[in-house]
Amino acid sequence: MSESSLATPGTSFDADLTGGRSKARGAKNILAAVLVSACFAIALIPLAWILWTVASKGLHLLLDINWWQQSQRGITSRTDGGGAYHALVGSLITALACAAISVPIGVLGAVYLVEYGRKGRLARAVSFMVDIMTGIPSIVAALFVYALWVTIFGFERVAFAVSLSLVLLMVPAVLRVTEEVLRLVPNELREASYALGVPRWKTILKIVIPTAFSGIVTGVMLGLARIMGETAPLLILGPYTKSINFNPFSGNMAALPTMINQDRTESLQPAVDRTWAAALTLVLLVLLLNIVARAIARFSAVRDR
Amino acid sequence: MAKRIDVSDLDIYYGAFKAVEGVNMTVEPRSVTAFIGPSGCGKSTMLRTLNRMHEVVPGARVEGKVLLDDQDLYGPDVDPVAVRRVVGMVFQRPNPFPTMSIYDNVASGLKLNGVRNKATLDAAVERSLKGANLWKEVQDRLNRPGGSLSGGQQQRLCIARAIAVEPQVLLMDEPCSALDPISTLAIEDLVAQLKEKYTIVIVTHNMQQAARVSDNTAFFNLAGQGKPGKLIEMDSTQRIFSNPSEKATEAYITGRFG
Repeated sequence: MSESSLATPGTSFDADLTGGRSKARGAKNILAAVLVSACFAIALIPLAWILWTVASKGLHLLLDINWWQQSQRGITSRTDGGGAYHALVGSLITALACAAISVPIGVLGAVYLVEYGRKGRLARAVSFMVDIMTGIPSIVAALFVYALWVTIFGFERVAFAVSLSLVLLMVPAVLRVTEEVLRLVPNELREASYALGVPRWKTILKIVIPTAFSGIVTGVMLGLARIMGETAPLLILGPYTKSINFNPFSGNMAALPTMINQDRTESLQPAVDRTWAAALTLVLLVLLLNIVARAIARFSAVRDR
Repeated sequence: MAKRIDVSDLDIYYGAFKAVEGVNMTVEPRSVTAFIGPSGCGKSTMLRTLNRMHEVVPGARVEGKVLLDDQDLYGPDVDPVAVRRVVGMVFQRPNPFPTMSIYDNVASGLKLNGVRNKATLDAAVERSLKGANLWKEVQDRLNRPGGSLSGGQQQRLCIARAIAVEPQVLLMDEPCSALDPISTLAIEDLVAQLKEKYTIVIVTHNMQQAARVSDNTAFFNLAGQGKPGKLIEMDSTQRIFSNPSEKATEAYITGRFG
């Protein structure tokens, strides 16, 4: 088609190739480079600002070992001291209970969608529902669990109910990521396994999931990091306490977001300091999860050399 | 241990589309049979029906018979998983398992089918790697990932993996098309050795390769786009390449089409 016009001798392609690039193009290039760099810098400003504010106001409490070992039991907003141990433990227990339910459902759901459902009617329905679930606001998930847990079943408001509402947020996140990494596993590997006389379930368990493992772990970690900071389910289902509680099925349990919320309206300095310190603790916890996710991804990734 | 394959009146479908029609052929034990023909003529599809890999694709099915010695592979009680343990396969692109070491790749067929005994596995790995002419190159780095090998070595690793489960038939789907000439030569030499123990069926686009490695050659062709592929002629390789009985075969092997 266009081959002939390109190859015709004596036409435009004999043009001078040695001339420098035009000034107008050089200026456009510089302008675009400046714009792109500026956008990047602007995007970084709020991040740096938040980190600086939280760290500058809260870091001094975190440097005290008591912060990591004590609760707020018996401490008022007038007094210094105490720590975030109760809230840290509460956040971790709530998140782990949530992960223990979400990860199997999310991973197995993704295995169904990729390996068994293919393009069937049920698979498309599940996929559609997951899309909708991804968009559910956390407060709606919390109200749903409240209606079920408290209104219908008549149970107490406990940490496990918070975990259940977080499950509604974490399942779609884990499922989507797992689905994507499972689709990235080359079909040739499945075929190689089938050709050795390995049944399908074993192929999925021993070949497909190990190949996608680092991606799945990353997805789970990022999902965890996300739900750690969710506050609405805690406000509705998880009353704050200043004491340590290890039992998610009974009694009030603290969490970092509710600890921040607790002293938010106080004007006394000890309480204000604790609010910032709790905020910094939450940021560090989420950061740590992200770093762990990246480390696992790096060390368990499929290596060629 | 090598077995003979008898195919009779085989039609192969993908959903409503008939991909291959009316194949009758016999594959002799301890020989190499080559499938040649233009792209889309159904030779790979035909190959994949011989170990029921064909039906991994949704909607794929066959009509007709494939007998391995006297057993119909498509009989009502036959388990496709069991068929694939007896009829192994090597693919076009080398596909070692990326999460596994060289050792584990070769042992994978045995391990995944429940063999745990270390001595048995060690022996099978050494025997298979020797059988695939790869032992000397990898014996001191069996714990390295399979992906660390060159393309030709990876393909020999895949052959070692396939023969580790001691199949009776080995199917090869264009095993050299992703390899350079030296690696190709190594694979061809290997095929010549393997035929002493196995029945081998090889699909190839390279007619010189078919002429070099095979004892018998089957030529497939299709009448046009959307029409099913057919087995045009099957005979000894020497006869197919010197004096074929069909005009189409002669036209293809002399390079006048395809």
